Amino acid sequence: MEFLTIIQVLDSTMRLATPLLLACLAGLYSERAGIFDIGLEGKMLAAALFSAAVAFATGNVWLGMLAGIGASLALSLIHGVASITFRGNQLISGVAINFLASGLTVLIAQDWFAQGGRTPSLSGAARFEPVTLPGALTRVRDIAEAGPVMQIYSELISGHTIVVYLSLLLVPLTWWALFRTRFGLRLRAVGENPAAVDTAGISVVRLRFAAVMICGILCGIAGAYLATALQAQFVKEMTAGRGFIALAALIFAKWRPWHALWACLLFGLLQAIAVRFQSFDIAGVTIPVQFMEALPYILTVVILAGFVGKAIPPRAGGEPYVKER
Amino acid sequence: MTEPAIELNGISKSFGPVEANKDISIRVMPGTIHGIIGENGAGKSTLMSILFGFYKADRGEIFIHGQKTEIPDSQAAIAAGIGMVFQHFKLVENFTVLENVILGAEDGGLLRPSLAKARKTLKELAEEYELHVDPDALIQDIGVGRQQRVEILKALYRKADILILDEPTGVLTPAEADQLFRILGRLREEGKTILLITHKLREIMEITDTVSVMRRGQMTATVKTAETSPEHLAELMVGRKVLLRVDKKPAEPKDTVLEVQDLRVRDGKGVERLKGVSLTLRAGEILGIAGVSGNGQSELLEVLGGMQTGTGHVRVNGQEIDLTGRFSDGQSRRARGIAHVPEDRQREGLIMEFSAWENTVFGYHRDPAFQRGPFMDNAKIIEDAKGKIERFDVRPPDPKLTAKNFSGGNQQKLVLAREMERNPDLLLIGQPTRGVDIGAIEFIHQQIIALRDAGKAILLVSVELEEILSLSDRIAVMFDGQIMGERLPDRTDEKELGMMMAGMSTNDTDGAVA
Amino acid sequence: MEKMPKWADATLVPLISLLLAALLSALVILAIGEDPVAALKLMVDGALMRSSGWGYTLYYATNFIFTGLAVSVAFHARLFNIGGEGQAMLAGLGVALCCLYIPWPHWSLALLGACLFAGLFGAAWALIPAYLQAKRGSHIVITTIMFNYIAFSVLGYMLVNVLRPARAMEPASPRFPEATNLPTFEDMFSTAAAPLFKSAPVNVSFFVALAACVFVYLLIWRTKLGYEIRHFGFSETAANYAGTSGVRITVVAMLISGALAGLMAVNTTQGEAERLILNSTEGAGFIGIAVALMGRNHPVGVLLAALLFGFLYQGGAELALWTNIPRELITVIQALVILFTGALDHMVRAPLERVFLAMRSKKEAL
Repeated sequence: MEFLTIIQVLDSTMRLATPLLLACLAGLYSERAGIFDIGLEGKMLAAALFSAAVAFATGNVWLGMLAGIGASLALSLIHGVASITFRGNQLISGVAINFLASGLTVLIAQDWFAQGGRTPSLSGAARFEPVTLPGALTRVRDIAEAGPVMQIYSELISGHTIVVYLSLLLVPLTWWALFRTRFGLRLRAVGENPAAVDTAGISVVRLRFAAVMICGILCGIAGAYLATALQAQFVKEMTAGRGFIALAALIFAKWRPWHALWACLLFGLLQAIAVRFQSFDIAGVTIPVQFMEALPYILTVVILAGFVGKAIPPRAGGEPYVKER
Repeated sequence: MTEPAIELNGISKSFGPVEANKDISIRVMPGTIHGIIGENGAGKSTLMSILFGFYKADRGEIFIHGQKTEIPDSQAAIAAGIGMVFQHFKLVENFTVLENVILGAEDGGLLRPSLAKARKTLKELAEEYELHVDPDALIQDIGVGRQQRVEILKALYRKADILILDEPTGVLTPAEADQLFRILGRLREEGKTILLITHKLREIMEITDTVSVMRRGQMTATVKTAETSPEHLAELMVGRKVLLRVDKKPAEPKDTVLEVQDLRVRDGKGVERLKGVSLTLRAGEILGIAGVSGNGQSELLEVLGGMQTGTGHVRVNGQEIDLTGRFSDGQSRRARGIAHVPEDRQREGLIMEFSAWENTVFGYHRDPAFQRGPFMDNAKIIEDAKGKIERFDVRPPDPKLTAKNFSGGNQQKLVLAREMERNPDLLLIGQPTRGVDIGAIEFIHQQIIALRDAGKAILLVSVELEEILSLSDRIAVMFDGQIMGERLPDRTDEKELGMMMAGMSTNDTDGAVA
Repeated sequence: MEKMPKWADATLVPLISLLLAALLSALVILAIGEDPVAALKLMVDGALMRSSGWGYTLYYATNFIFTGLAVSVAFHARLFNIGGEGQAMLAGLGVALCCLYIPWPHWSLALLGACLFAGLFGAAWALIPAYLQAKRGSHIVITTIMFNYIAFSVLGYMLVNVLRPARAMEPASPRFPEATNLPTFEDMFSTAAAPLFKSAPVNVSFFVALAACVFVYLLIWRTKLGYEIRHFGFSETAANYAGTSGVRITVVAMLISGALAGLMAVNTTQGEAERLILNSTEGAGFIGIAVALMGRNHPVGVLLAALLFGFLYQGGAELALWTNIPRELITVIQALVILFTGALDHMVRAPLERVFLAMRSKKEAL
């Protein structure tokens, strides 16, 4: 395989890993606070629609992203009310949110644009444009002729949208917030033993809502990235299970920010390979395209089953907090 | 005259139709240790939860140092100088001591300065009150005695001058309990006010200055400790004279029923929890296992009851029991004549959402006697349950009532009825009277003795030394997964057993079983 | 004392939840500029006022009974099977293989065979997630979702590369032989004088679904296995005490669940399409979640909830046909039902409990 091909696959790995990473970090905040969230998928989907729709209407991708975050936050609020205020089942609430998003996005898109549940294509300032780092080559032919270091710089490191860089920055930031700040201490404590937080005079409800809202914001960015950077419109069910894969990555990462980055890059790589090599031959056997499509999902199962070992989730995760004496 | 540190005035609190606290008034003077004693469900914990802002009282007033104080949440309680050490510690297991101490009392948004300050303060507190704990140890790595110190440190770090301790000695060895009492004495000298909630009369007599008795949600009396006696307090608690001792004939042991040799159990993390236990038990005797909880007694019961796997040899009536393979589960144990009253009836012994009749066959539901064709014979099971409920005086006598709607004592009677009426050769019984009111305790003790007298072998595990001493025919003491030695109940005392429970072997072989 | 009589718990709570869901759905319809009252009337007309409408309603209900029962059996063991969709897809493959490659002499035998294949294929697709949950602790919710995606690819491969007749463009199997075609309600109940269920897809598998309800009732509440599934679902620690193997219950409950979900393929594939197509499940696996929650995991409740969703589904199709309201409205209603009956249960229940408590204390005061 050519060196440039490898670089190109890694480049698309970066782009495909970004929504996973954002969603994974979103889940990290929520689950570290003891609220399981399988509604990441739905929140991303809602954000994708609203960011695409508003970006299309205003021609401003940033306003689009803001709208996406708003939509995702609204769903987060539902999850918070159901699982924190009313101590409902967090899994069921998450499932409901996924269906709600799945139905409402098509309903709204059809009502607004009447194009069979999708938005018109976005272009120009309604999309996130790639950022060209200083000195990087942009023309395909120039890159092909450049040396390996320049190829890595121009193809892999440069030329991503701002969201990609932002999501990478979020990894150390999340680590710092979680392990070096008061907020992080309390957040981790409420996911491990909410009674300890409660008896220390801190509101469990407020803390968990804060976590769920951060989760909403990050899912919002992830969804906006899908519709306005990775692709150029909203399409029905465009999240394609990314929310669930992000959850698998989170378990794989054992709820730690740096590990989340590696896990998401791994899943991004799988997707990049599946996209790049629609079908290819190994030793005379043609691997069917359907297998390549299913590969990320299969490997998610394999990783969950085999490599995680006993991942210990936050101890109070999934359990509503009921005050006891 | 000084103001009382705490004054409660007409506090009432109901949960639905249940009145947990009825018009409670109390005055606690500063610099004293005030005991609150009462049976399970008497309303002690509810009262303390109101004082710490967990519940809001329906009626009544709280004065702290003469100031009328509203305590809507824990934050307000902490601000009023109240610290609470709960029976079940409120610590984050995978945090360090230091992190637990600052949680909720941090200075500023960044952790580093808070941790530095806490490290310094903790050192000072340790000197002052003999509360030494390694600030960087993880909670999950230190013993319960130390965990309790962390809880006290947490309160002191928040500048509490009123300290509430809820059943603080339940998890401690007698030696650790003595140490705790020394610390409490020290705190009293420094002018702190201490509320001690307990159901143990001995502790009240030993350390408190005054004592209040609660019964059925009401405060029945407040007396000076020096002017009362354990018998008098017990009568106040229960409302009638109680026998503090169990009446029983001497045991008449017969053939060996249970033989355990070099039994070992590892937990999920690979830590050995049972380190080569050997014991024998004969028909018609009760072997009591004493020990502070967490020293392997639970594992012993669990492996014998088929809830855990282990290695070594266990023989029942001379036949080897499978400890690891296909037949190492509860079903197979029951088939071998072993009945098991588990330590935790709510999480293990009963399905709280099942009705009483469904629970009376729990574990025995595969018994052909309860089947009709491919189905379970529910009519027959209900009929059978009615008999059990009557004979064990379960109240209310309604087999269709859901288990969670029975009181603790009646839930326990349901479990006992199920296990004892199987007429087992060997009964494993853990914490038979935990969370059970005194009336039911008497009944349960009588049933255990009756089963012994019927020639059954009984292995009794309890953290209540008094219970062990009054029921057992022989006592084995466990510490750190091992048996420290055996004693006869009439030739030993709480002090000797207490030392053995703390891992100290006693040279005195006087009471030892030959 | 129970806080609320059992009948109220079983009927009032789901009904109020449903009402809330309906109210919000009406708001959604209003928001997209349609008239909710007219929409409801259209749905009732299309789904209930004609026998052919009933024919569709019952056809969809058949699917939802199977998937609702599937989810509830798993729920009793506290397992959340979101994989009904994938299990049904694979079961469709089983039905197709059974109908295409075995020369059945009569539809009744073919029905038995297809049920067997559907159940086996559905159960097999549930087996791996069940095993991974029981032995490796892999979260069954995530693995069953992944298996839905994988099932879609497997089915796609089989249809495109294996089952598709040469020269056909569409990814679908050939038509099943005539002998395997199931009698529809039209065949059974229509007479020349009184035509009924005209060209509606409801067929004899509806009775299989009813039988499945009885089966699940007996299984869960009358057998040892059901007793074990329920007590394992309530408390794993207590099940361990009783000597009930968690691995066994997890695997067995998921196998039964997968088999039930799979049975819906008999209705869609053998009963309606009479060939295997790519998207025959149409999200029925997911609707099973709403049906199970609303039906309180009881077969009678599941049956009623399935009929309701059958009505919604058929009514929704009518809406999509005659108005600007797309079919996805059903997904929204389904989401709201899951939300209210599943996650916001306490919100609905708490005020009701208070009402009953107040009523009781008033009675006692008299």
